[in-house]
Amino acid sequence: MRRYLARKILVYALTFVAAVSINWLIPRLMPGDPVRTMLSRGSAGDPETMQAMRDYYESVFGLDQPAWQQYINFWTSLFQGDLGISVWLFPQPVTGILLDAVPYTLALLLPAILLSWIAGNRFGAFAARSRWLDNTLLPLGYILTATPYMWLGILLAWGLGVVAGWFPTAGAYGFSSIPGWNWTFAWDLVMHWFLPFASLFLVAFGGWAIGMRNLIIYELEAEYSNYLEALGAPRKLVRRYAFRNAVLPQMTGLAVQLGTIVAGALLTEIVFGYPGLGNLILQALNNRDFFLLQGAFLFIVVGVLIANFVVDVVYVVIDPRTRTQMQGGGA
Amino acid sequence: MRRVSLDVTDLAVYYRTLRGDVRALDGVSFSLADGEIMGLAGESGSGKSTLAKSLIRMDGRMRRIRGRVELDGTELPVDDQRAMVPFRFHEVSLIPQYAMSALNPTRRIGRMIRELIRSRGIDYTAVHPELLRRLELVGLDAQVLDRFPIELSGGMKQRVVMVLSTLLDPSLLIADEVTSALDVTTQRSVAEALAGFRDRGFITSMIFVTHDLALVHQIADTIMVMYAGRPAEKASSRTVIEAPRHPYTRMLLSSLPEVGVTFSGKRLEGIPGQPPGLLDPPEGCRFRDRCPLAFAKCAEEPPFTEVAPGHWAACWKVEG
Amino acid sequence: MSDSAIEAKAAQAETGVSGAGGVRWRDTAHFAVRNPKLLIGAGVVLALLATGLVGPLFIDNPPNAYVGPKSAPPGGGYPLGTTSFGQDVWAQFVFGLRATFLVGLVGGGIAAAVGMVVGFTAGYRGGLVDEVLNMITNIVLVLPALVVLIIAAAYLEARGIWLQGCFIGLTSWPWVARAVRAQTLSLATRDFVDLARMSGRRAYKIVFREIAPNMSSYLFMTFILLFGGAILIAAGLDFIGLGPTRGVSLGLMMHSAVSWSALSGGMWWWFVPPGLGITAIVGSLYIMNVGLDEVFNPRLREL
Repeated sequence: MRRYLARKILVYALTFVAAVSINWLIPRLMPGDPVRTMLSRGSAGDPETMQAMRDYYESVFGLDQPAWQQYINFWTSLFQGDLGISVWLFPQPVTGILLDAVPYTLALLLPAILLSWIAGNRFGAFAARSRWLDNTLLPLGYILTATPYMWLGILLAWGLGVVAGWFPTAGAYGFSSIPGWNWTFAWDLVMHWFLPFASLFLVAFGGWAIGMRNLIIYELEAEYSNYLEALGAPRKLVRRYAFRNAVLPQMTGLAVQLGTIVAGALLTEIVFGYPGLGNLILQALNNRDFFLLQGAFLFIVVGVLIANFVVDVVYVVIDPRTRTQMQGGGA
Repeated sequence: MRRVSLDVTDLAVYYRTLRGDVRALDGVSFSLADGEIMGLAGESGSGKSTLAKSLIRMDGRMRRIRGRVELDGTELPVDDQRAMVPFRFHEVSLIPQYAMSALNPTRRIGRMIRELIRSRGIDYTAVHPELLRRLELVGLDAQVLDRFPIELSGGMKQRVVMVLSTLLDPSLLIADEVTSALDVTTQRSVAEALAGFRDRGFITSMIFVTHDLALVHQIADTIMVMYAGRPAEKASSRTVIEAPRHPYTRMLLSSLPEVGVTFSGKRLEGIPGQPPGLLDPPEGCRFRDRCPLAFAKCAEEPPFTEVAPGHWAACWKVEG
Repeated sequence: MSDSAIEAKAAQAETGVSGAGGVRWRDTAHFAVRNPKLLIGAGVVLALLATGLVGPLFIDNPPNAYVGPKSAPPGGGYPLGTTSFGQDVWAQFVFGLRATFLVGLVGGGIAAAVGMVVGFTAGYRGGLVDEVLNMITNIVLVLPALVVLIIAAAYLEARGIWLQGCFIGLTSWPWVARAVRAQTLSLATRDFVDLARMSGRRAYKIVFREIAPNMSSYLFMTFILLFGGAILIAAGLDFIGLGPTRGVSLGLMMHSAVSWSALSGGMWWWFVPPGLGITAIVGSLYIMNVGLDEVFNPRLREL
């Protein structure tokens, strides 16, 4: 097991290096002067600020130094937690802007991932081998998982927000709300949170339900299931075993799907103007704020890596096959 | 003559496919005496696996068309999944050919056995000592119960399955190609252990499905050879190997360089032609097209009759 | 022949499904034309493809031209209404369908090609090659594709559909490589491959003559999934505003609709068709895939 986790950590470390290198490389590979490109749509009006910005970015890029030196400088400042200064919100540091946005993204992502995974697995197991559910609700699952995240968000915002008027459709709290520790504000947060959460949840739910349904059918055909049935075990026991075995590949699926769900959260935030990382990415693109964009990229990659590692650890804990090998009892 | 344990009369089981019924089993009659171990042999497609499955658990595509199965005087409702449940494990049990993967990979073996036993409404504590005793008998200590299947070798898993399947002393045990995945020495010990189970009374009678005639004739009392969904010949092992009377059995034996070569899976080089398709099989004797002795009468189906005491065959040339 | 292969053959023989090639294909076709999931899925995909191919022929103006009244609901000369700039939504929709299929084809095709090459090589060669390829696969697998694409696309001044498709293809191959590698590993130890190897055939020939045909149905289904995935990723990129700089796509339509307040303006005809088009294409592809699975895999067939 230690070998297994060590290998995983190596992969994640290399992935991190790759991500940082992409960040360093891409602006330097693109044609033209990155600093000029960045400032071409700079928001600051007066020439004094412009000049300050130009000086700052030229020194950060350090284009007059050799490439390896630039690369090392890049890593050095990264380890100091310095992701540069934002163009859009000059002179705020990117790290701070991102840290303010992370809680919103997590507030959408964590509940959506966990709840959709649990509910999807339950529902998929329930629907498997029930002809009626299989023929009515599973096509629905396929359609849900084929829905672009932002489109479901748009539909919910339009239907439940604009037309029905039940939920607000933009921001994390109302313009008139004053942030504070009180129930009114908390309720306002929940109301603003619900629609983006629901659209993320629904799309992901469809995928998990289908995955579980297919896995259960596969497990019910497995030889241990056939053997149990030949010995007259009740359907309930067979299904319980099948479910437990099907949950393991669904865990692996969770790790594989993390990137997609995170991407979905970014798109959903844009639909709802929810002030998380997705919204920052949009602002960064509109303002050519590449430091902010790259910072957001690194934050997301690190988040996905951490989540992957958590899934790996949980997997080791619940799969007896990896666990027993750890005790050295393998055959 | 010993008491009849299993009595199968004119059993026909078809697979339903979109293109029509595949007559995998088309009129099979035989009986098994108390304590008898019957080897069941035949090429792939002969219906031997279908027969084995029919006696314990048909799959969704199988339909009983006609025929009757009696075990110890009680009719087995073979095509009624629900009604079959009380018989399974208690009266009829199975050692599947996939014994290596028959155990749930994510449960400790002991817990899986306990949950299975309890789910059948049996008090586990009453069975536990016997379980340990029998595990010991096949050379496993009680610790295997605390293991996950992945921690056991193939042979160990095979023995666990053998003990579990026979734990409730079933009247009939079906061993479905249990040895095909094992190496030669293990094959022999598994077969001998199963014969030992019969001797100790854990099981009353057994059908040993195989494609290895050499192995089966060492432990089986009788051998039944099937061809294209019907029995061709059944007699004592010795008679089948040394003095077969059905032309198919004879060609089968002579086509093997020596007894012991497995023949399933390959088309037999020694017998020209191939078995008839079972979607729409020809009338009369199904071996007719490949049979060197075939004559006009073979257009009628030969009955499976007793040609000598304890020796049945389905061939017009054998009779008389 | 391995035991499991024998058993598979035996099971086939017992159900009357002969292993002979010709019969198997006839069988597959037989089940294919009777599988409602496959028929419905393929029907919807083909209908939309036909709309995307034929529809633009009947449209005289470029899809982004300002041709009609502003913000007109469906009806009159504009079956899907107009945008708040007076662009014909139907014209954008049919051109957008074209772009969507193109990006799916390019992205899915490249991802399938890369994934297969990596998977076959890793699975067949083994050893150090396998280790290295496996590591690369895992790294690309963990990196969130859309976010990498955002970074890459952000620096490009001009973006086209082909380039977008290439980028998507280059980031979405890892799971294919993994699956192909696993299948190759299991096939590479089969007797018929051993035989080919002993007879001195070249590795790539063995892969393409002996291994790939044995997983052709699987590869086809993989391509369908990649096709759908590429469409979804492209839609996401377009929606963020990183779509093709010129031209039109379904994702761009949604981007414009949201950017220009179609939501609060209640202009549902602007944002419903593009999303519905994508959902219909991808959903039908998925359902078609389930149907194909049932056709290729006898155990899943309902009788």
